[in-house]
Amino acid sequence: MSAEKIILSGDEAVARGVFAAGVRLGTGYPGTPSTEILEHLSELGSKAQWAPNEKVAMEVAIGVAFGGGRAIVTMKHVGLNVAADPLFTLAYTGVEGGMIIVSADDPGMASSQNEQDNRLYGEAAHLPIMEPSDSQEAYDFAIKAFEISEKFHTPVLFRMTTRVCHARSIVNLWKTPEAPQVKPYRKNVAEHVMVPANAKKAHVRLMNMLADLQKWNETSDLNVISGPEKAELGIICSGAAYQHVAEAAPKARILKLGMTLPLPCSKIYQFTQGNKRTIVVEEGEKYLAEKIRAAGIEVEAKRDIFLYGELNVAKVKKLIANDETPDAPPKPGRPPQLCPGCPHRKVFESLRDLGCIVSGDIGCYTLGVMPPFNAIDCSTCMGASIGMGLGLRHTLAEAEARKVVSVIGDSTFVHSGITGIVEMVYNRPATGHLVLILDNTTTAMTGLQENPATGRHLNMTPTHQLKLEELCAAIGADHVDVIDPTLHNPEFRALVQERLASNDVSVIVCRRPCILQMKKLAKYAKK
Amino acid sequence: MDDKVTNVLFAGIGGQGIIKASDLLTEAAFRMGFDVKKSELHGMSQRGGSVSSDVRFGKKVFSPMIPRGEADYLVAVTEDQIEVCEEYLKPGAVIIRPSDFSEDVANSKMLNIAMLGRLNRYLKFPEDLWVDLIRQSFKAEIAESNIAVFRAAAEKEA
Repeated sequence: MSAEKIILSGDEAVARGVFAAGVRLGTGYPGTPSTEILEHLSELGSKAQWAPNEKVAMEVAIGVAFGGGRAIVTMKHVGLNVAADPLFTLAYTGVEGGMIIVSADDPGMASSQNEQDNRLYGEAAHLPIMEPSDSQEAYDFAIKAFEISEKFHTPVLFRMTTRVCHARSIVNLWKTPEAPQVKPYRKNVAEHVMVPANAKKAHVRLMNMLADLQKWNETSDLNVISGPEKAELGIICSGAAYQHVAEAAPKARILKLGMTLPLPCSKIYQFTQGNKRTIVVEEGEKYLAEKIRAAGIEVEAKRDIFLYGELNVAKVKKLIANDETPDAPPKPGRPPQLCPGCPHRKVFESLRDLGCIVSGDIGCYTLGVMPPFNAIDCSTCMGASIGMGLGLRHTLAEAEARKVVSVIGDSTFVHSGITGIVEMVYNRPATGHLVLILDNTTTAMTGLQENPATGRHLNMTPTHQLKLEELCAAIGADHVDVIDPTLHNPEFRALVQERLASNDVSVIVCRRPCILQMKKLAKYAKK
Repeated sequence: MDDKVTNVLFAGIGGQGIIKASDLLTEAAFRMGFDVKKSELHGMSQRGGSVSSDVRFGKKVFSPMIPRGEADYLVAVTEDQIEVCEEYLKPGAVIIRPSDFSEDVANSKMLNIAMLGRLNRYLKFPEDLWVDLIRQSFKAEIAESNIAVFRAAAEKEA
């Protein structure tokens, strides 16, 4: 076996790991910092595809795993909220083929709307959690995760963070890649059909499986103790936090947990016995500290001030010293902005000038909130612009209600905006409503991914193109127009005003390609 | 090899080749036999906002992020990011800035590579290693001009 050492990001390393382990299918929805996993997997030659949203991706992956193949499904932390419905019952059914669920968390919110800690999903749904701390572990753990998944018939929650996904380090690619294998199909109604009679048994089976896995984890090589046999200071940590800890406290005894559910409590207890003091250093919630204390093991948790943002070496030093003095705020850099020539610019200029109340969504166009546009009133999660806009219409006085517009991008619309249009025609506000689909013909924010409305797969091969205007008309919008708001700006403004003045429910598809997407397509055409 | 970790901070705005330059340094350090880590922020920063990238190499590197006050070098592809990064610099850190170059180079797409050349005056990695690396990382039609820019920037003034 010829091992090869190369430099990889954590995302690339996961792709290499599951590729080597013979993954049958990779699926997911783009989301920083998870996006590059599937892109890299596709480049390696595996079947990798973008789903309309994380819930569908999760369901496709479940089908692969029920069918006896190995599956990976990738998403950012908030994507797991969308996929949470199948997730919780998947824990009951378990899997035949190995299944990895990547949750790429974003402590510090480099590119997200919140910094939720998805280890709590593992705890709530009773899923094994693995947390790699660098690219080598991302590779090793991905291979190991499939083995664990098949040995214990459980999906594995693979929790990464920005500084694991987007950090690059040396990886030893020790495994010779295997071709995907599929186990013979086995109809298994008792385990795969979650009617109450089956689910009651499945719940018990799940908790028994976790007890077995805990025993296994007590002696597994996923959890590593380093440093002296006895020390003043012992530190328990996982994921990226380990790297900061190893640098911040070189003399400490360290327990790095690779599998953080179920916890190896005996090992943790033994570890604490060698130290005068043991503190848990973790990013996000006090997940480990609270679980360990609940098991009756005495450890210190971090102070509340360290619940916010991501850790680094300096912060870890303060955390260990219980130093609660706040950090000096970093000097502001240049804020992100809509690109010069971005098709969204004219839309937001127009909405600002028309005095609209804008219910926004998630994408590049969230930057419509920045000056000189100052044109967005609210933004929470993928697809929410339409529902929130309808709620505002139901609530505000008529003069204000008439100014409410929902704006949503093409990929976000396919992700979770379609049901918003159904709601709009089903429960019509008295003043009607107007939805603008900002169709820049790509998923721009995350780096120009294809989606069902572009008519191309992840690997750029052609497929059926979803026509957004036909879809909205079929659902029953009173008017569906398609216009380029940059090229035909006066007409666009007049159309918005006309729709707002009526009591109709309308959609305007604002179609003009992203300038970066045009460059990408030109580059691709040359190949 | 001693235990010292060398920290190089790259800063600028999206689209200036900061990720490319820091990737090249990461690979160069790897080929020199160092442990090496690199960290950067993607996403929103692509839209004309500040971009920075941390490269750390030495015998053993743990955190992928340069701690405040520990950067040995700042490669600033835009002048206005120097102030933003100040708190990350070691006292006496070397700052490589656009004004160190002729206007032709400073305004070209190859400024990032010129800056790597300048950086190598201090790092002193073998020139052949960089030449091979640039040749492998760029299309043939632009590789040679990048190599020329790198060489010119790496040469000490008489």
